[in-house]
Amino acid sequence: MGRKAIIKVKDLEAGYDDAVIFRHVTFNVYEGEIFVILGGSGCGKSTLLKSMIGLLRPRAGRVLIDGEAVSTEDEDGLKKILAKIGVLYQSAALFGSMTVAQNVALPIEEYTSLKKEAVDMLVKMKLGLVNLDGYGNHLPSELSGGMKKRAGLARAMALNPKILFFDEPSAGLDPITSAELDNLLLHLNRTLGTTMVIVTHELDSIFTVASRIIMLDKKAKGMIAEGDPRYLRDNSQNAFVKQFFNRRA
Amino acid sequence: MDSSNAGSFMEDLSRYFSEKPPGNLIVDLENVTYLDDFGTLVLIELRKITVKANGDFQLLHPGEKIREMLMFLRFDSLFKKASFEKKRRQGLFVRLGEKTYDIILDLKSAVSFIGAITLSLGYHLAHPKALRTDDTLEYMQKTGVDGLPIVALISFLMGLIMAFMSSVQLEQFGANIYVASLVSLSMTRELGPIMTAIIVAGRSGSAFAAEIGTMKISEEVDALFTMGFDPVGFLVIPKLIAALVMVPILTLFSDIFAIAGGLLVGVFMLDLTVGAYVSQTISTLTAFDVFWGVLKSGIFALLITWVGCLRGFQVSGGAASVGQATTSAVVSSIFLIILFDSIFSVVLRYTTG
Repeated sequence: MGRKAIIKVKDLEAGYDDAVIFRHVTFNVYEGEIFVILGGSGCGKSTLLKSMIGLLRPRAGRVLIDGEAVSTEDEDGLKKILAKIGVLYQSAALFGSMTVAQNVALPIEEYTSLKKEAVDMLVKMKLGLVNLDGYGNHLPSELSGGMKKRAGLARAMALNPKILFFDEPSAGLDPITSAELDNLLLHLNRTLGTTMVIVTHELDSIFTVASRIIMLDKKAKGMIAEGDPRYLRDNSQNAFVKQFFNRRA
Repeated sequence: MDSSNAGSFMEDLSRYFSEKPPGNLIVDLENVTYLDDFGTLVLIELRKITVKANGDFQLLHPGEKIREMLMFLRFDSLFKKASFEKKRRQGLFVRLGEKTYDIILDLKSAVSFIGAITLSLGYHLAHPKALRTDDTLEYMQKTGVDGLPIVALISFLMGLIMAFMSSVQLEQFGANIYVASLVSLSMTRELGPIMTAIIVAGRSGSAFAAEIGTMKISEEVDALFTMGFDPVGFLVIPKLIAALVMVPILTLFSDIFAIAGGLLVGVFMLDLTVGAYVSQTISTLTAFDVFWGVLKSGIFALLITWVGCLRGFQVSGGAASVGQATTSAVVSSIFLIILFDSIFSVVLRYTTG
């Protein structure tokens, strides 16, 4: 195919205390694709995401981002990798004491030597990208759930990272707001070429945005499927995959 | 250009053009295949410089993707300086009025909270089984048992310091024995209850505010309400009863440890015997002195729980609000403790003649 694998996950294993959450998880995420991590509740989707962004130390295996190993021990190395990624958390994790504009400006002010005027212009562009014009001076507590997500997205892409990670971006959003967010992700992916890794279990969202998916299963304690979501829905022989896509209990 | 070199590039650009202001500027984008908002920022800066010098600014041959990006970022409408300055501060009188109004609202909610606590307490007196006994015992442990070491240490040192300082003066008159009277009387009637209350306000009052405040922002208080629980009965009454029981007990401990601190100075520095010191302490103190201190500490316990829980329930918004509530709980508690102690002193002075 000739595509560059921007994230390589090899033989990853994670768990808490004696319990194994998943093991032997291996997959690649290619540059420019929207990659979705899928699975039922408690299968380790968020744990996998945390291992990929260096928040959690895996028990075994490794994660390479742009060829460099994500390791929580090598602080300088981790900082270099963190500069290449942005994360949108489930709750958006905006700093409540700062305005939306200050939230977005924070990483730009920290990592660039741009003057205040230029930073403000960039913040204006970012807020325009996520359709939040005019909300720069609002506090996060004055925004709706969907707006918080979009403000969080503007902050996550403040430095135009190569990869954006999303933890349950549609959680708590109505179908229209959720669809708007999906469209926004597609638009950003197309125009900026940003690689996106999304953890979700929203089927509508998966079929709208995902280039490729992997599916984790609690019982199998690992990956049970990888590929195009439509192909897997129509052709997978795995009972859990069928059940998941057909929404059967 | 990207985020790593944007700052220096923009500086070079404005330095170059400040020396040689352009007449007209044409930017050829024919070979540009990728443009993000940092790149667009450069184009905006170039346009600003050219327009300022009364020149014409033109973009030539932008590819389809570049055109789409410029449209997406609304390049054509980004002329005005973006500004996210904080809202201008209001005038002095407006702020004064707003602050006064806030204080009135705060007083109103504080009074209505007393009403809610009284109602809930009444209900619990009529239905003792409704009390959450496990929670009450847990708060007794947190407020009382866990607080004892620090109360004991501080009281011991207070007694020690007081005895030491007073001995310097009393020694001149050969009145060393009155060190015991001074330490025991001042600690049991005034400093014991106040010090204990201040420590409990700092340890437990703040914890009450933080706990209820965090529950408020994570909608746990709403969940209690919708499940048919009375949030005051569920969250405040166990804390109130625990504090009402434990603060007076801590105060008694505080009195004992302070007297022990004084005793140490009396025996080792003033050549008093243990017997003489203890006998002077007993002859000075009346049952009323001890009772008065314990009564005051009970009132302080009510104040600490009332203010701590009130500030917790007043939390709204995010994490910063929890911090404010915690600080406010401690500051308000300490203020009320001192205020009520002054009132008690005046009342005692005029009722006992």
